[in-house]
Amino acid sequence: MTAVARTGMREGFVSCDACGLLSRPAGAEEPGECPRCGEELEFRRRDAIQRTWALVAAAAICYLPANILPVMRTTTLTSEAPDTIISGVVYLYMSGSWYLALILLIASVMIPLAKLAALVFLLVTVQRGSDRNNRERARLYRVLEIIGRWSMVDVFVATFVVALIQLRPLMSVAPEPGVLFFSAVVILTIFAAESFDPRLIWDSSQGKQERDD
Amino acid sequence: MGLSIAGRESSTTIAGGAWQMWVQGEKVAALLIAIFAVIAPALQIGFLLAVLLAVRRPPAPRWAGTLLRWMEIAGSWSMVEVMLLGILVSLVKIAALARVIPGVGIFAAGGLILLLAAMSSGFDSREAWSRIRWVNGEWPQRVLPAEGKSAAEAGR
Repeated sequence: MTAVARTGMREGFVSCDACGLLSRPAGAEEPGECPRCGEELEFRRRDAIQRTWALVAAAAICYLPANILPVMRTTTLTSEAPDTIISGVVYLYMSGSWYLALILLIASVMIPLAKLAALVFLLVTVQRGSDRNNRERARLYRVLEIIGRWSMVDVFVATFVVALIQLRPLMSVAPEPGVLFFSAVVILTIFAAESFDPRLIWDSSQGKQERDD
Repeated sequence: MGLSIAGRESSTTIAGGAWQMWVQGEKVAALLIAIFAVIAPALQIGFLLAVLLAVRRPPAPRWAGTLLRWMEIAGSWSMVEVMLLGILVSLVKIAALARVIPGVGIFAAGGLILLLAAMSSGFDSREAWSRIRWVNGEWPQRVLPAEGKSAAEAGR
């Protein structure tokens, strides 16, 4: 891009993250508060890159125990078997409902991984000041925000299997720590997507030196 | 929904699912389930109702803005649709072992999802914000763009 991009920040406007009002900030250093809703104004979310990196790292660490540790344990009269996220998917596939297996595979395994990869990609390109594929990267971010919640589906599955199968001594299912790590991954990635500021994607096209962080 | 295996029956509700997780020791997961499936949707609906009642006669008082903000936060954590998918998957899993009898609750959950989606698509937060009194006590009317000034500037 040769032409200097016009952004709200450059024109001296700031939009409120809470109510969306576009206003003139009190000053360049301290934008002050939104005149309508009183929320603190920020040109760009504070420390967006560092916070997102931290949350992505935390989610990646939790991802391992979430998939290795069992999420539930089935106890019957004769046997006791732990179930991980993956073995639940395999079980569904073997029992013939391959479409449900596919949904779970996408929701619990692929979405968290894809989300982490996409966030790392956005962070790296923003930090490098890349101004290529801005539109695609902005779209990628919007998709990230929408799909993140669907990863929770496996936690709900575990909950209802646990709640329904309590037929001691015949058969009972108990939750295991995997559930905790798995929900941690989902929540950390949701927070990570929230702390990232998509406006940073567009900043690079107006020169790196103007970025605050 | 209910379930019967070899003559024994068990049934649960959404809150019952969270409660069972709590009893079995996964307290954090139980709290999350309760928040995502029960508390967040309830707050979302409750706050929206309060906001809508408040903005019927503009300018609405300040607390309507606060509630509107809380409503958006609650809405972003309400996962009823994800929960229903989870219930369906768990029922399919269990169906191999037992006869599954869906209760009224599961149809109510389905209805809730449709209504929540219709509710949030029908609601325009900009319209609501424009009817709420500002923090600085003023309540600027909308200014036509032709006059060259934004509503924000008029309020300053």
